[in-house]
Amino acid sequence: MSDLLPTGHKKIEEMRMEGIVKRFPGVLANDHVNFDVKAGEIHALLGENGAGKSTLVRQLYGLYRPDEGKIFINGEEVVFHSPKDSIAAGIGMIHQHFMLVPDLTVVENVALGLPSSRGVILDLDRVRKRIEVLCQQYNLKVDSDAYIWQLSVGEQQRVEILKALYRGAALLVLDEPTAVLTPQEVDDLFITLRRMAHEGHALIFISHKLHEVLAISQRVTVLRDGKVVGTRATEGATKTELAQMMVGRPVILQYEKSPLKMGDVLLKIENLVVRGDRGTDALKGISLEVHSGEILGLAGVSGNGQRELAEALAGLRPVKSGRIILNGVDVTHASPSVRIANGQSYIPEERMKDGAIKDFSVADNFILEDHAKTPFSSRTFLNFRNIRQTSERLVQEFNVKTPTIDTPIKNLSGGNIQKMILARELSRKPKVLIASQPTRGVDIGASEYIHQRLLEQREAGTATLLISEDLDEIRALSDRIAVIYEGEIVGIVDGKAATTEELGLMMAGIREKANP
Amino acid sequence: MAELFTLPVLLGIFYSGIRLATPYLYAAIGETFAQRSGVLNLGVDGIMLMGAYTGFYIAMKTENLLLGLLGAAAAGFLMGLLMAVVSVSLQAEQGISGIGLNLFGLGLSTLLFKVTLGGVESIRGFQPIRIPLLGQIPYLGDIFFNHNLLVYGAFLLVPIANFILNKTTFGLKVRAVGQNPQAADTLGVNVTLIRYTTVCLGGILAGIAGASLSLALINLFQENMTSGMGFIAVALVYFGGWRPWGVLGGALLFSFVNALQLWVQVKGINIPSDIAVMMPYILTIIALTFSGRRARQPQALTKPFERGEN
Ligand SMILES: Nc1ncnc2c1ncn2[C@@H]1O[C@H](COP(=O)(O)OP(=O)(O)OP(=O)(O)O)[C@@H](O)[C@H]1O
Ligand SMILES: [Mg+2]
Repeated sequence: MSDLLPTGHKKIEEMRMEGIVKRFPGVLANDHVNFDVKAGEIHALLGENGAGKSTLVRQLYGLYRPDEGKIFINGEEVVFHSPKDSIAAGIGMIHQHFMLVPDLTVVENVALGLPSSRGVILDLDRVRKRIEVLCQQYNLKVDSDAYIWQLSVGEQQRVEILKALYRGAALLVLDEPTAVLTPQEVDDLFITLRRMAHEGHALIFISHKLHEVLAISQRVTVLRDGKVVGTRATEGATKTELAQMMVGRPVILQYEKSPLKMGDVLLKIENLVVRGDRGTDALKGISLEVHSGEILGLAGVSGNGQRELAEALAGLRPVKSGRIILNGVDVTHASPSVRIANGQSYIPEERMKDGAIKDFSVADNFILEDHAKTPFSSRTFLNFRNIRQTSERLVQEFNVKTPTIDTPIKNLSGGNIQKMILARELSRKPKVLIASQPTRGVDIGASEYIHQRLLEQREAGTATLLISEDLDEIRALSDRIAVIYEGEIVGIVDGKAATTEELGLMMAGIREKANP
Repeated sequence: MAELFTLPVLLGIFYSGIRLATPYLYAAIGETFAQRSGVLNLGVDGIMLMGAYTGFYIAMKTENLLLGLLGAAAAGFLMGLLMAVVSVSLQAEQGISGIGLNLFGLGLSTLLFKVTLGGVESIRGFQPIRIPLLGQIPYLGDIFFNHNLLVYGAFLLVPIANFILNKTTFGLKVRAVGQNPQAADTLGVNVTLIRYTTVCLGGILAGIAGASLSLALINLFQENMTSGMGFIAVALVYFGGWRPWGVLGGALLFSFVNALQLWVQVKGINIPSDIAVMMPYILTIIALTFSGRRARQPQALTKPFERGEN
């Protein structure tokens, strides 16, 4: 076997990290971690939110320096001061948040930072040709001259992979590459990854989704609280085992639901028409009713109007026509505060943008909505004692992992930020709850927890609209499932009776015979 | 009004319009580079003053205009470096540090002027050079091809800047760093170095913009002689949608209205002179309000870069 990859670069036969320690203020993010990956292998890295997965691979990519420990490539020790060094050593990384410049084209994004064959002058034609060759070798489909902002998430990810391949990545790290992909896009990605492994690349694959890890990897390493719990061969492993390793206790993957006690309609949406960012109608006359005590799931492939619906319901996006009746009050054009006052809670899809202020502390984020009310203030002055007490209680009750309640939210892991938002929204005892992608990027332990809380809320009589792209989540929780396609409701089916195939067809726009 | 529309007056308006665009072009093109890399430098006016003073003083003492120009560029570079240290390395709030730099330039140039020159003196600045052949074209030759070196330089700068930004590896890095510095960083681009380069380049060009006043357009130095031109230059960058050709359009529009206004006063037309002087500024505000190109703004403008944040 040759020691060259199709890209013409040398293989990394083995990469080894030994005794890696990384501390952040108040957190031991990596505690003497040993990890290795070999050419031709896909090694999965599992762990709950905040377990230290991203921190570990960021050290491999030169974004952080390890406090202790060593990195070896093909047996030789290497030290990376910046991504430039690790790129030169043949390491590539697909980040949890894409690292693309939206206003540049695909070719420009690939060419960025590389020397040009024409000295200081860009040679995009040459880059374009090489991209075409790579696309063929690795069976990727990308339009080189499109702007990044025009591409779907799946396409953007292919650009990220191209960027790494172009730079000769022999070892590719993928940090939660599937979190934002549709099931079809995940299948395509897996084909590419298998092909890369077959060609002799070494791959590190980070995910929360156990079935993905089981499907794609040869070995799994589980991290918990910064420590390695164990490394084992994927063959023969089961979901239940891995889940238990990750969480440290048995995890429920199937929920018990109490019988439905459907009450009055608390949220009524009538012929709602809402404009999207591009100026066209993103919602083309949607009608839905959510009853007290039920969870109505809204399924669909992302970009079919879900975000616009959630924002219109939260009062963040103007309504063109139609009505929204919340708890008997017409709130179609009301401000968010009126909706909040009428008992609506909102868990936004983009938690960092719409759900939290990232430089604020945990405690300050808890009182964003109710800071002007007792017990948090007496009209003018904030009551810090009550704020602290309540925050401490919520952190405990909702199991939010944070060093203190004064820690800025931006230093928490994604899952813990989500738990913080959930704690804030649910502690207000909402009549109506809009939950948009509540467990996206959240680990199974926290997902299970969030699901349990949503079910508890259902029993308490809350009317919940659950917007999610995760069909398993929708099917596990919903009493009824509505499917949205291109801004219209394709159909509403019974939660228990619905099959994945049936829902999949509807998500592709194939209309169901009406049986609400 | 009719006396404005005679041929000689129209020629005059066009000629001065081109001439007056010079300082705005240097300053605004320089600022375009800084802003495209994500740094808003509001200190342009102060840098121009330092450039105007340094250029004038050196040219007067050495009787060499090119040395003066070089001195102005050097002064601008140092001011730009100061801005880069404060806003890029120390990550200070860019708007505030720019205003500070501006006041610093105003104060220092005034002080130096009082200590070294005392009173207003004038020198013989750069003289118009009529370009062979092109300069012979009737009317157009007079309007476009009979200017001093710095005017030609300013207009040449536009295509050059456009080329650098869009066709070179450096320009690609500048654009990327201004849009998404984290992404650029993960590809091994040195974000700090790029921002230092653009802010210092902006400083050099602002220094030259100042020298174009004291060595070519007005040929003297006076306390606060820019009277806010640097701020107009910043506005022109927004107006021009962060593109050199757009900046050129804005600069020409502004300087033509300015030239028109000057001729209105020269001809003694019955408009209160204060109103006439206000015209270009009012126009700028109106144009900025309606240009509505916010979407093209570099996403990372005014945001300091820190590795590892996302
Ligand atoms: N820049 C930082 N400053 C301070 N603390 C940090 C920083 N980055 C991460 N941490 C902390 O280090 C721990 C590990 O975080 P890391 O991002 O590696 O987790 P993760 O396993 O990738 O989680 P997730 O699944 O949510 O992405 C967390 O407790 C987090 O709060
Ligand atoms: Mg992570």
